[in-house]
Amino acid sequence: MLLIQLVISGIAQGCIYGLIALGFVLIYKATETVSFAQGELMMLGAFGGLVGMTMLGFPYWLSISCAIVGMAVFGVVLERAVIRPILGQPAFSVVMLTIGIGYVARGAITMIPGIGTDTQALPVPYKDEIWNVSGVVLNVEHMAVIGATTVLCLLLFVLFRYSKLGIAMQAASQNQLAAYYMGIPVQRLNGIAWGLAAAVAAIAGLLLAPITFVHANMGFIGLKAFPAAVVGGFGSLPGAIVGGLVIGIVESLSGFYLPDGFKDTAAYVVVLVMLMVKPNGLFGEKLRKKV
Amino acid sequence: MRFIFKTDYGQDINLAKHGGHVFWYGALVLLMVAAPWLFAEYWLAQLTLVLIYSIAGLGLMLLAGFTGLFSMGHAAFLGVGAYTHAVLTNMGVPFPIALACAAGLSAAVGLVVGLPALRVKGIYLGIATLSFGFIVEEVLARWESVTGGNAGIHIKKPDIFGWVLDTGDQFYFLCLVITVLSTLGILNLLRSPTGRAFVAIRDSEISAQSMGIHLAYYKTLSFAISAALAGIAGALYAHNLQFISPDQFNILQSIDLLLMIVIGGVGSVHGAFLGAIFLITMPQAIAMIKDFLPPVVGQAPGLQGLVYGLVLIAFVLFEPMGLYGRWLKIRTYLQMFPFYRKGMFKRQKSFQKSDRLK
Repeated sequence: MLLIQLVISGIAQGCIYGLIALGFVLIYKATETVSFAQGELMMLGAFGGLVGMTMLGFPYWLSISCAIVGMAVFGVVLERAVIRPILGQPAFSVVMLTIGIGYVARGAITMIPGIGTDTQALPVPYKDEIWNVSGVVLNVEHMAVIGATTVLCLLLFVLFRYSKLGIAMQAASQNQLAAYYMGIPVQRLNGIAWGLAAAVAAIAGLLLAPITFVHANMGFIGLKAFPAAVVGGFGSLPGAIVGGLVIGIVESLSGFYLPDGFKDTAAYVVVLVMLMVKPNGLFGEKLRKKV
Repeated sequence: MRFIFKTDYGQDINLAKHGGHVFWYGALVLLMVAAPWLFAEYWLAQLTLVLIYSIAGLGLMLLAGFTGLFSMGHAAFLGVGAYTHAVLTNMGVPFPIALACAAGLSAAVGLVVGLPALRVKGIYLGIATLSFGFIVEEVLARWESVTGGNAGIHIKKPDIFGWVLDTGDQFYFLCLVITVLSTLGILNLLRSPTGRAFVAIRDSEISAQSMGIHLAYYKTLSFAISAALAGIAGALYAHNLQFISPDQFNILQSIDLLLMIVIGGVGSVHGAFLGAIFLITMPQAIAMIKDFLPPVVGQAPGLQGLVYGLVLIAFVLFEPMGLYGRWLKIRTYLQMFPFYRKGMFKRQKSFQKSDRLK
């Protein structure tokens, strides 16, 4: 029973990692850059929901949809304003740039009077409820995370498999130049990919907010999503979710069965082992070096 | 414009290319030696900190700027050096021996971290070093019998075979000597075949390999040297603060070090020093302007992060060669006046170069 509960809470935590990792992978596939600001986008999304619910007094569904749409627009604007001008520069420039964006986001949020410097709970309707299924105590907040992640994955799957937009995005990620020649607006797609990544991050933030709290440094959890993305293979969307689940479950089990201190480093130990054994990750594509 | 008439092959690798270099660097050395009598105690302490960060920056510059391997966990090496040094010093080991041990252990740890660098590159290496940094921080916090855990440990004054350095001036001179030695060491390394091999690896691994450069050897060597310098800087850092705890060597410190070399200018030895000056003076400047800002902005705890982030974004977007690159442009402008053209330092974009295949 205990094991099942541990695994379920690990899965819930892993879904959060997976969702953030999904953002990394979306951006990586579209523009071959790695965004270190993904955790901060998540934090902004959670704050968006909080502002909607407490300061503006919107109902739950309205405020979370506003937060998600707002973050999507923010992602598109961010791509247009700062990422596009330096595309084609060494990958490390973009890494430093997104680290800078993260710093700015963390700093700016503390300047909102009243809520910026506090830690607050997001008042969701399913707060602190518990289901008891034949002896297994299930936390509704965890189940909401798992359910929402499943739905989101299905939606993304449908988007990339059947819609014209998703297929165009796949084409652009495989070969930008060829996609451009076929008349696909690659630049606009890059913007949409950033928007999508920001929206997914916002969803992750809104799901995480009831479990932890909303505060300016909650974005640091994004650093644990890197291991998730690497374990799954950096260029693979299903891999990101699977990697997130692996990291989440390992973390939850090691927190219980191993001495103190292993919980926080479990993710990093897993990723170091992964990089030594199978650097391409579980679902990574094998690529040959070219000159 | 200055034209150097070369009559000897040795002139190509001379450290001082012409009389101007000798004059200006000589003046700088004089100024640094005279600093304890010129500046107030507070500013001398800041200068000491600049020197310490410069040593760490030199190490990271060698790794990131000249070998092209970006480490996102460099604070871990700083921490290993600081703790080794602190533990040994408190056991009564003289300063030079403890410093050598700190550098040696850091280098050994660097060798271990360098091993994954042989298989992975680019962002994967960044994540590997990031993970390593977290693990070291956790080890420092949990290994309480040696490191004192989260409570941290105090460290005694440096003791060079019975000669105890207990004033700020003496410690400043110690840092100055070590900084000058490591700078000369790095400059010398960079003009040797080893340094050229590093630069070749940075520019293209495959071409370097086909020219007969042993990638594994040089990459691990670069990691080890870089880690050793970080270890030395860590040892001095421990003495400077007289108290160390694991949270001084966390991810934010690693990012600060990266920020330092990016703002200073990746790929130039000067950049490490300019970046260190920036990193140390920035909090002072922010504290000065804080009172002129509206209280909501000025009193916010995230103000410093916001300013750092904005400066970093501005540098990446507008001046990717950093402070040193800006100085090069100004110097070229003055030298060539009035023939300077706008596009002289224009960056080339490389759209079709996919990093996945690199």
